[in-house]
Amino acid sequence: MRRADLVPILTVLLVIVAVWYLGAIRMNATWERDQAARAGTEVTWSQLIPLTLTQDRPVLPAPHQVAVGLWEGVAGQAVTSRRSLVWHAWVTLSATLAGFAIGTAAGILLAVGIVHSRSMDQSVMPWAVASQTVPILAIAPMVIVVMASAGVTGLLPKAIIAAWLSFFPVLVGMVKGLRTPDAMQMDLMRSWSAGRRQVLARLRLPSSLPYLFASLKVAIAAALVGTIVAELPSGATAGLGARLLSGSYYGQTVQIWSALFMAAILAGLLVALIGLVERRVLARMGLAA
Amino acid sequence: MSAVPIIGVWLGGWAVNIWLSRFDTRASRTLVAVIFGATIITLWEMIVRTYAIPTVILPAPSQIAASFAANGSILWTDFVQTIVKGALTGWLIGAGAAILTAIAIDRSPFLQRGLLPIGNFVAALPIVGIAPILVMWFGFDWQSKAAVVVVMVFFPILVNMVAGLRATDAMQRDLMASWAAPYGASLWKLRLPAAMPFLFNGLKITTTLALIGAIVAEFFGSPTRGMGFRISTAVGRLDLPLVWAEIVVAALAGTLFYGLVAALEKKVTFWHPSQRR
Repeated sequence: MRRADLVPILTVLLVIVAVWYLGAIRMNATWERDQAARAGTEVTWSQLIPLTLTQDRPVLPAPHQVAVGLWEGVAGQAVTSRRSLVWHAWVTLSATLAGFAIGTAAGILLAVGIVHSRSMDQSVMPWAVASQTVPILAIAPMVIVVMASAGVTGLLPKAIIAAWLSFFPVLVGMVKGLRTPDAMQMDLMRSWSAGRRQVLARLRLPSSLPYLFASLKVAIAAALVGTIVAELPSGATAGLGARLLSGSYYGQTVQIWSALFMAAILAGLLVALIGLVERRVLARMGLAA
Repeated sequence: MSAVPIIGVWLGGWAVNIWLSRFDTRASRTLVAVIFGATIITLWEMIVRTYAIPTVILPAPSQIAASFAANGSILWTDFVQTIVKGALTGWLIGAGAAILTAIAIDRSPFLQRGLLPIGNFVAALPIVGIAPILVMWFGFDWQSKAAVVVVMVFFPILVNMVAGLRATDAMQRDLMASWAAPYGASLWKLRLPAAMPFLFNGLKITTTLALIGAIVAEFFGSPTRGMGFRISTAVGRLDLPLVWAEIVVAALAGTLFYGLVAALEKKVTFWHPSQRR
């Protein structure tokens, strides 16, 4: 992001907030009017607007209500409390990171295998590509239930779904990355009589790093989505997905929106973190643009 | 010794594939992939039977196929409810809205610079979390699922379409200007066609997102039909073969949806280098 973009971005954000306020007033006004009609009174617009922005269970909470909900969830509770958003975010984050690590490791290993074995390439790659078109998240509840009946609960089932989702971007990106060295570079390695392992360590892996980081950003976002969805149908009581579900059961819209923004912040932080590591690593390798 | 035939099938399939992969023709490549898939399914069936794995944990492929055949009408109702009404409607509306928005903000560099970073950021967010809110707003039927899908597919398509509209180079635009082409003509004849490869990239990414959005939204409330509803209730009744049959439907629908968009892409962007043989 460049500094010159700051003004346009802030303008667009301001417009979004303004539209949000108008939407909140419009969507919440119905309920206030019904209340007034039931009480046999009339409400004027000047009375209506503050009322619509301070409801307990609004149809659409106003931005400041969400901000307050988020602030109370983050700073207003002890971190260990079950009402603390930090605690729920940590539950989600730990499963996300565990799954991300498993998925990334598996993706890199399989990519190395695919690049070195033509039979593996022809066997696995078509299925890996086809599996991208399958809505894998649909099996999330099943994995949870199956694992629970096998006695595995807690972090692991969620991590498996997160791993499954982060696996394919890494696999596809790494296969592409490990194949970037061109014939000239491969010939040079051969002229030094480098073995396969040396070609992998000295040429293929370093030149695949830009691709790896690009896929890691996609993968960690996918892992987070996977974990959140995995928390939905499992009867889980902890995690951002569980907050979403309990909020929707009890009509606690502010709770839903706070959990949603917490998830958004988490996703933004994770992607930014990988971007930071990427810039550091590529700069040290002399690859940075 | 019950593991011997399983290992035998595995090694056999592997050996055939190693032998076949040497030819590296179109037919042999297809055959290798098919043999790999068939080996996996055979191994799955053999492992489930040999070790008597309970159906609640992992049903055998034959049980899934039987459930698929027996529940045809249920699966069809769910398919229509979730895929056709929810995912497809939402995808079309979302894609249309994103394309129009991209064309609208294309004339304003200010809006582009403001919207693009936000669009990129939003495209990475767990948008599917918006499902409970939209289910509250639009009710339990397919309209709320379509709304979730609209929100999920909007930003990836928007970002791709805006990038695509910028994809013409100065020389091409100058040529249009030298012919005194008005904005509409240069949009229609030059920039929209040039944007098509980017647009289809976005459209292909979002086919899977659309199915995910429609299915996940049903976990938050649905009428008594739909794939998400069926999966969650069948899991509750431990009717795992039916769950897997739904997954097969989802997988087939996803592949078909993607294949249709890819085929359309081939028709529309036949001139693009990536389509050359």
